[in-house]
Amino acid sequence: MTIQELEAIRQKKKDLIAVRRVIREEGEKLAAKTGYRKQVLVCGGTGCTSSHSMQVIEQLESSLKENGIDDVLIVKTGCFGLCALGPIMIVYPEGAFYAQMTPEHAKTVVEKHLVKGGEIVKELLYQGTVMENGDIIPFSETPFYKKQMRIALRNCGVIAAEDIEEAIAAGDYAAIEKVLTEMTPDDVINEMLASGLRGRGGAGFPTGRKWAFAKASQGDIKYVCCNADEGDPGAFMDRSVLEGDPHCVLEAMTIAGYAIGAHQGYIYVRAEYPVAVKRLQIAIDQAHKYGLLGKNILGLGFDFDIEIRLGAGAFVCGEETALMTSIEGHRGEPRPRPPFPAVKGLFGKPTILNNVETWANVNPIIVKGAAWYSSIGTETSKGTKVFALGGKITNVGLVEVPMGTTLREIVEEIGGGIPNGKKFKAAQTGGPSGGCIPASCIDTPIDYDSLLAIGSMMGSGGMIILDEDTCMVDISKFYLEFTADESCGKCTPCRIGTKRLLQLLTKITEGKGEEEDIVKIEELASHMKQSSLCALGQSAPNPVLSTLRYFRDEYIEHIRDKKCSAGVCKAMLSYTIDKDKCIGCGKCAKNCPANAIERTDYTAPNHKLASFAIDTQKCIKCGACLEGCKFGAISRQ
Amino acid sequence: MEQCTACGTEEQKQKLLAVIDASRETPGCLMHILQEAQGIYGYLPIGVQQMIAEGLGISLSEVYGVVTFYSQFSLKPKGKHRISVCLGTACYVKGADKILAEVENAVGIKCGECTEDGLFSIDSCRCVGACGLAPVMMVGDEVYGKLTPDKVKEIIDGYRREEK
Repeated sequence: MTIQELEAIRQKKKDLIAVRRVIREEGEKLAAKTGYRKQVLVCGGTGCTSSHSMQVIEQLESSLKENGIDDVLIVKTGCFGLCALGPIMIVYPEGAFYAQMTPEHAKTVVEKHLVKGGEIVKELLYQGTVMENGDIIPFSETPFYKKQMRIALRNCGVIAAEDIEEAIAAGDYAAIEKVLTEMTPDDVINEMLASGLRGRGGAGFPTGRKWAFAKASQGDIKYVCCNADEGDPGAFMDRSVLEGDPHCVLEAMTIAGYAIGAHQGYIYVRAEYPVAVKRLQIAIDQAHKYGLLGKNILGLGFDFDIEIRLGAGAFVCGEETALMTSIEGHRGEPRPRPPFPAVKGLFGKPTILNNVETWANVNPIIVKGAAWYSSIGTETSKGTKVFALGGKITNVGLVEVPMGTTLREIVEEIGGGIPNGKKFKAAQTGGPSGGCIPASCIDTPIDYDSLLAIGSMMGSGGMIILDEDTCMVDISKFYLEFTADESCGKCTPCRIGTKRLLQLLTKITEGKGEEEDIVKIEELASHMKQSSLCALGQSAPNPVLSTLRYFRDEYIEHIRDKKCSAGVCKAMLSYTIDKDKCIGCGKCAKNCPANAIERTDYTAPNHKLASFAIDTQKCIKCGACLEGCKFGAISRQ
Repeated sequence: MEQCTACGTEEQKQKLLAVIDASRETPGCLMHILQEAQGIYGYLPIGVQQMIAEGLGISLSEVYGVVTFYSQFSLKPKGKHRISVCLGTACYVKGADKILAEVENAVGIKCGECTEDGLFSIDSCRCVGACGLAPVMMVGDEVYGKLTPDKVKEIIDGYRREEK
């Protein structure tokens, strides 16, 4: 494909995409030019497909047919971000944001809204877009979207993820065109350096410097790798980019190849992400077909190719040297650094590795310029960051905000606060390598350095919100179970350190803790941080250290008073049934997975049926009885 | 070399040999071959690993080392319906442990085991990325979200009914 042909595709689909970027009047004018009266965008990301968005699409298609409508376009996109309300669909040019769709709802929308002269079905909309007086506001003005700034996710939920022409019209491949026609490799690296972009995978190393090192390395063969082994549980932005805009990653890797002098790229992606893998492969095949990957890209004389390599479920493979060892087909164990990958990486050749979200920022930096990009964010952290908001929060989903946004804005405004009237206790960021940010630090502007200063880290952007029902000792134990399980075993500090830390934490949660255990934990943690081979071991103690820093009282309570205020640590709990409040309905006995509840022969004076009692020997303290009892007869101590 | 009779049919063997032949030249092909082999056999018994080692001209210990390193490779057969309960953080704080307990209770085996009739096996996994639906589990490729112990029972019963 030539540059002219690329431009022709852009022009052909330009209006189609533009309709989805503006709303109402302007959109209506544009829509008239596209040949489609309306466009229906349905989320085809993992979250929404899991709640059956594909059935919604099928129903839309058949209902449109039944109603003889042929001027409505259905587009299967990537993630819109508000996963809690999936399946989501948006109708343009109105920008009507329908949530929690079912095939039944889809039928209604076709019959009442998509037919000629139809009107928005208000009761099926995301209620955040319906004002008290009945007015409908664009979803971009709801609290969830208003404060967001979408750079990495610019095309997610906007384009059909499996259609390269839509990707091109939405701006993908404009950067590679500019790079190959106007810029030298040094220009590219200087632009990346000036942008201030830092690696979004966890450590925050400046991307431009990484590229500069790899360019300076001597070698006939060099490699460009993409880390899509998104192992941090609770983070799913990389998956969403791959599912929603895979071409932006391919393009960015090609640009890096041009900058450092590499002609081969590898994307290492988790096998747990089947949808992402499939879309990525489709994207690679299409890019080949369109001459945007392979030999002589855009006829401008540069060759670059990309292969997918699947992971097989090992968290440590997110570490750069381990990832490369795994691509080489071995046990994914990390190697000592130096030599750094930029000098000696994949197959012993100079290599750069960036994560998916980092790659997603490259196109806008090249197209709009480093000056624009570096004007966003804080002094030391430029641009935006995508967070996967999860746990005890109303608006679970993906949010992209400028660096420096406070945790309060994310939790209270964008996230919509904590459900069920519970209190915010902490936000866990950085996954098993990060820490917990307590309520007292909720006004901290979030960037790489401020998070480190308060004992957490940016990590890949998982942000799990914890409420008052979460026990901080238990959460540390959860993360240590994770790292102990995922430690590759190559170096002693990590292999044995994580096990010993876990033992100490288990002891405390079982009510057998002693005060000196805290001292032991802190000492062991410090050894692990200093002497582990890779970041997994070095950062494994972080969840414990940060909770000890901010929630020491809870540890002391577990140790001294043998008490877990959050009611999580089972060894310290007991459940009892108040025989006079129990009406004898038997729901608790039915709910009990351990068959520990049986009817007694006592009947309370004001009830007809005999009450129940819990056999404490059999009770596994799961709490299913308490949750199910409508009469307040069961209590937990 | 001892022939493996306990693992698979001639057809499966031919498929595997074709995979080995096709990818032999690709650098770092072992992982890919193991993934394909697991797709063909459902798991990776020693006999299969032996065939791969011979096919690639590497030692069995090297193959075994890689198989045991990655959690997705299994040395034991899995059930027809593979249940995988997500124990990622988002699911955990929303009570994934209770979901796992209920799955174990409803199926009657522990996590990591397979039922005698080969119908179900239970595993835990680390985040399928559907955190918006937490807590979740997968049965085969199907994701079930916003689970409660009651829903778990219904889902398992559904699969049982399907078999009858």
